[in-house]
Amino acid sequence: MMTPENLGSTQTATKTMNMIEAINSAMDVMLERDPNMVVMGEDVGFFGGVFRATAGLQKKHGKTRVFDTPINECGIIGVAVGMGAYGLRPVPEIQFADYIYPGLDQLVSEAARLRYRSAADFICPMTVRTPFGGGIFGGQTHSQSPESIMTHICGVKTVIPSNPYDAKGLLIAAIEDNDPVVFLEPKRIYNGPFSGYYDRPVEPWSKHDASAVPEDYYRIELGKAATVRSGEALTILVYGTMVHVTRTIVEEMGVDAEIIDLRTLLPLDIDAIEASVKKTGRCLIIHEATRTSGFGAELAALVQERCFYHLEAPVERVTGFDTPYPHSLEWAYFPGPVRIATALTKILKD
Amino acid sequence: MPETPRRPASNLPPLSLHIPEPRYRPGDTPDFVDIEVPPVEATPRPSEATKPDAMRELSYGLVRVLDFDGQAKGQWDPKLTPERLRVMLRYMMLVRAFDDRMFRAQRQGKTSFYMKCTGEEATSVASTMALDRGDMCFPSYRQQGILIARDYPLIQMMNQIYSNRGDHLMGRQLPIMYSAPEHGFFSVSGNLATQYPQAVGWAMASASKGDSRIATVWCGEGSSAEGDFHSALTFATVYNAPVIFNVVNNQWAISSFSGFAGGERTTFAARAVGYGIAGLRIDGNDPLAVYAATQWAADRARTNNGPTLIEHFTYRSEGHSTSDDPSAYRPADEATAWPLGDPIARLRQHLETLGEWDAERHEAQAKELDDLVKTTQKQSEKLGILGHGMHQPFETMFDDVFEELPWHLKEQCAQMLAEQEAKFGPNWKPE
Repeated sequence: MMTPENLGSTQTATKTMNMIEAINSAMDVMLERDPNMVVMGEDVGFFGGVFRATAGLQKKHGKTRVFDTPINECGIIGVAVGMGAYGLRPVPEIQFADYIYPGLDQLVSEAARLRYRSAADFICPMTVRTPFGGGIFGGQTHSQSPESIMTHICGVKTVIPSNPYDAKGLLIAAIEDNDPVVFLEPKRIYNGPFSGYYDRPVEPWSKHDASAVPEDYYRIELGKAATVRSGEALTILVYGTMVHVTRTIVEEMGVDAEIIDLRTLLPLDIDAIEASVKKTGRCLIIHEATRTSGFGAELAALVQERCFYHLEAPVERVTGFDTPYPHSLEWAYFPGPVRIATALTKILKD
Repeated sequence: MPETPRRPASNLPPLSLHIPEPRYRPGDTPDFVDIEVPPVEATPRPSEATKPDAMRELSYGLVRVLDFDGQAKGQWDPKLTPERLRVMLRYMMLVRAFDDRMFRAQRQGKTSFYMKCTGEEATSVASTMALDRGDMCFPSYRQQGILIARDYPLIQMMNQIYSNRGDHLMGRQLPIMYSAPEHGFFSVSGNLATQYPQAVGWAMASASKGDSRIATVWCGEGSSAEGDFHSALTFATVYNAPVIFNVVNNQWAISSFSGFAGGERTTFAARAVGYGIAGLRIDGNDPLAVYAATQWAADRARTNNGPTLIEHFTYRSEGHSTSDDPSAYRPADEATAWPLGDPIARLRQHLETLGEWDAERHEAQAKELDDLVKTTQKQSEKLGILGHGMHQPFETMFDDVFEELPWHLKEQCAQMLAEQEAKFGPNWKPE
């Protein structure tokens, strides 16, 4: 995980970081490197963010570079668009992805369109960071996975890291990108990878290889998937929290699955997907988001368009249900071990 | 059908829902006698550093400079030189000549859409003239006067309107949705009031960099109902952003009168009061009042005294756009009944009163500008009109979605090119 995409300048010491610390480090490094970068959002300044992602950044980089905003997502994204037009490189935080909707017009009709409609007179080099996903008893307004809403917008890139090392490298690449990026942070795995068994103790990131994070600048190119595990029996396309859940179940069942962590949903690494599915002949797609019109639908369509004659079984999807995220019943909603195991059994039998 | 719930026995009258209704509809005789127009001298001009709560009455009054006899009076008189006044008149007349010509071009089928700003020329021309050249304007869709007052080439405006080969926006935008960064003119969106928080962001960025440039933004009274408007005012007051908010209250949002934005209850300038920012309600048909108010607000912003909201009280003399028929919802003669007159006629009268202008010069200038617009139009039409083949190359449709073309857009571009070949044969590609 450490070697191939390291495009960094100077590789210095690594440090054990959880995902929050890695994300914080990415912003810290970039605030240092780019005097035009600003961080803004609800509670991100003095307090350092409700998830601590911006802890210490205001103290280190000053109040005009890292500051609190009104509780107004339309304003946060709209103001960031204007700052980008001035020449700044804004990195707004939306406290929960569930809160992004008041800012959606500014994202869809403004940030995403500005380059196109002005023929690059104006650009929007903004990265919207936002925690998403469930499994933290957040109820229906602190658990949603809106990635397919983002990938449906033309002009926005959608990135989802699954571990500390990727989180830092991808966030730096997102910040440096001259187009708007929605950087969705799977909050269930901020402090440790999640096995899918909610009743087992949480494993800390420190026991995971990907917690060794360079303290310095490095970037991971957007649009490149990572092979988490090579295998021959089937391809599993997955991202975010579900990467770890999937890996746990695959290992438990002893299935020789090839697990592909997409990392960037748009632009998608279609070559990696195509090569893997053509090799294995089977494809399972796993996401936590609701099923209908979820990103899995797009993946399933692409796989059948490009790999149909290599397929030995129908493409399967494991997803959340098409309901709001239920507070007390979230583990019945969550696409956990049973749902994944059932799908794996079916696709391997077909 | 559910049973209608019965009202509990009571001697209270039943609740009633108020649906606003404009005073006059087609066939009625409009009479605006109850619009209060205070005397020019009545309105004091506070210092630019005045705290918003010490100048609230200016949100409810009407800042004026020109009286109806063509005299400039009172504390707000910006005392512009006759030369500067003539420049202002010329710009406003050019806007009107341009509008008339482009409206006609749309009616002749040369483009899909046009929007005039007749009667509202002062709200953009005089405002822009009071700004510094480096100040950034975030227009709505009726501020062509900004470009004209900053000497943006007319041919570029026309090329955009025709979406022709000279259109630097590559034929992607609806006519009149210009973009001109070198002229401090932000890309026009089409979604209403989205430019409001963007202007605040630009102003905040300028302030955070210790720059001296300010931002200024326009919307209509109708779109002041959008959430973005209120987001912008909140951010502006929180960060004391160097920004000027213009609300062009031209009474009509397509067919909805200002009452549907709250205009029956209070003024639009009064929105500033609740946010603790300076508010000025001004005669938007008085170019000198527009100039003076903008200059005041710009000085205020530039000296870290914060944002200002200016309500330009004016009237939309023409339809909303070429797609609108105002005779379907308002009396045809409302514009002539409007008590604040026409901004071009009023500035002309003022210059004539000063002995600095006359009918002969006015007619000659009108003719000269009309000829200029006509000549430019001919040049632009050589580069094509909408729907007549001389558009941008097909593949440019995929450019600028992102800085670099991702694989899926490359594939879709190839598909589109193959479709053109299927339609027009192997030698379809021009040049």
